[in-house]
Amino acid sequence: MSLKDKLVSNHIVLQESIDADSPIYGIRNEAIKTFEAEGFPTKKLENWKYTSLNSILKEDYNIFPSKEAALDFKDVKQYFLNDVDTYKIVFVDGVYSSYLSETTHDGIDVCTMGAALTKPKYKQVIDVYFNKIAKGESMDALNTAYAKDGAYIYIPKGKVAQKPIQIVHFSTGANDAMMLQPRNLIVAEENSEVQIIERHQSLSDKKVLTNVVTEIFADKRALVDYYKIQNDKLEASLIDTTEIEQHKESIVSVHTFSLGGNITRNNLNFYQKGEYMDSILKGVTIIEGKQHVDHNTLVHHITPNCESHQDYKGIFAEKSTGVFNGKVVVEKEAQKTNAYQSNNNILLDDTATINSKPQLEIFADDVRCSHGCTIGQLDESALFYLQSRGIGEKEGRALLMYAFANTVLSSVKIPQLKARITKLIAKKIGVNIGFDQ
Amino acid sequence: MLSVKNLHAGIEEKDILKGINLEMKAGEVHAIMGPNGSGKSTLASVIAGKEEYEVSNGDIDLNGESLLEMDPEERAHEGVFLSFQYPVEIPGVSVTNFIKTAINETRKAKGLEDMPASEMLKKIKEKAELLEMDRKFLSRSLNVGFSGGEKKRNEIFQMAMLEPKLAILDETDSGLDIDALRIVANGVNKLKSEDNAVLVITHYQRLLDYIVPDFVHVLMNGKIVRSGGKELALELEEKGYDWLKEEVGA
Repeated sequence: MSLKDKLVSNHIVLQESIDADSPIYGIRNEAIKTFEAEGFPTKKLENWKYTSLNSILKEDYNIFPSKEAALDFKDVKQYFLNDVDTYKIVFVDGVYSSYLSETTHDGIDVCTMGAALTKPKYKQVIDVYFNKIAKGESMDALNTAYAKDGAYIYIPKGKVAQKPIQIVHFSTGANDAMMLQPRNLIVAEENSEVQIIERHQSLSDKKVLTNVVTEIFADKRALVDYYKIQNDKLEASLIDTTEIEQHKESIVSVHTFSLGGNITRNNLNFYQKGEYMDSILKGVTIIEGKQHVDHNTLVHHITPNCESHQDYKGIFAEKSTGVFNGKVVVEKEAQKTNAYQSNNNILLDDTATINSKPQLEIFADDVRCSHGCTIGQLDESALFYLQSRGIGEKEGRALLMYAFANTVLSSVKIPQLKARITKLIAKKIGVNIGFDQ
Repeated sequence: MLSVKNLHAGIEEKDILKGINLEMKAGEVHAIMGPNGSGKSTLASVIAGKEEYEVSNGDIDLNGESLLEMDPEERAHEGVFLSFQYPVEIPGVSVTNFIKTAINETRKAKGLEDMPASEMLKKIKEKAELLEMDRKFLSRSLNVGFSGGEKKRNEIFQMAMLEPKLAILDETDSGLDIDALRIVANGVNKLKSEDNAVLVITHYQRLLDYIVPDFVHVLMNGKIVRSGGKELALELEEKGYDWLKEEVGA
């Protein structure tokens, strides 16, 4: 049975586990129909031209975990940011781990989607926000069809989340190859603030396919900073869709650090619905071997006087492949838009590939839009300069790569996270030199 | 200190240096002058180990050890320093981080521990003052948006931090106004000692008013055509290079 058939035929099992009267029942039924009609995306689709999922769809994934795996904190401690106090929402093989989590209902809600989708006290928020931004393309729809658990973060009007929130999904291998479909919802009401760090981590060499969807709703003057650490094992693949709706004077930033994993596809879509907003999209990709990272971004400027800033850097070694497909749409009403996009890449080997495709669709006449894309090698004259000061060739190359990626790191607002990512990058590049900015 | 013997070097089949001989002792300042295209900067780059130049004949010894087989960083560890004519801009690396990395990598090569942070800071502060550099300057990205004078001051700051045995100043005076020139020259003079040597490469005599050479060599068409004392520089300033070209038939 193909993975698609398996997902479609098993859907009924999932539906039997909940009340047919609950709103999610109908939403999931609609979604599986969409997925059944569309199937998995193929390279024939314009947006998927450079990324094929074929190699990862052949696996016979478990779609419901049957064995519960318990984890000791000390064994997974390294995957958390520990030197700063945080809330934690942790899942093990798709199942919420209250033992590893630290949730709150004190003024803000940091808890699970499982609770939010079933308990009456969350119904009002779920009715207004759940599955409203997600566009319903096939992977979105598949996730919605299987939406059961994930992170639920609700920051009411005027509240500030006092600690960053870590969302971590572990897969243990106890259930052999697994397909996970977490669903996250983040609602930041007027004048609220929140910082979120998301990570997917496999703990075994079993195959993992994660299809995660995150909806973020930022109301007037809300500040949302979202950080994605993608440093998973080479047996793990990730399809990550983040849909963001912003309102007047809100600022939302999403940083994506893609270092690990087999195939990683990031769909990051911003919809601007209000004036004087800023959308910030940043990414660092450093990959090697046969790794593949695809950034597919959309910024939809619908209203006037808004900004967007995109800065994606990529370093590709060996036979790795990168894709940057960045689309900026400026509607006719969106006058005075400032939209900046830049995608810079370094290919370390002749065998590495980057497909960079900026797309601008501008229907307004009084706008400033810029996009730039570069593909090159490390600057040999800069390397000689470093060597002439006593810095070895390997360290010099590392320093130049770090410097190249640094413009993206500089906007990370949590210092401990920045330090952690710097270390991950240094480790990925294979050197240990004292970068402390 | 430095011994250059019959050095022939070029780039892609083109000979640029055609038999250079140069002996420098510790405590000495030598100046190499010459018209544009005579090979001055090539000589500096070849001593520092720039890969694109190929040495076809001859040798370069520093304190009895041949530099030719060494990578640029190994030459730096041996005490060679090149102040670049055009320092490279590196966005994303601050001056402080760069110099810390350079010092600690050099120490590592010598089997030493990293320099303690407090000692490093003290040294940075002291040397920055010597070059009259603003503290803010140290946290800026290396050479990015620096004026010509700031770039050259930063080069000499690095020299001060690294304390080389042989400092080669490649056209350090170009792009400097008179105040910056004085600061840079003053920095170099303070760093001069009985244990190190300075090779000043310049087109004009101007810098040599401030950094007074013991010997002046004239490079033309890849060869040293004349050597003399500091008065040779004055003569060149007054008469230009053409008379010498005619005399030596270069």
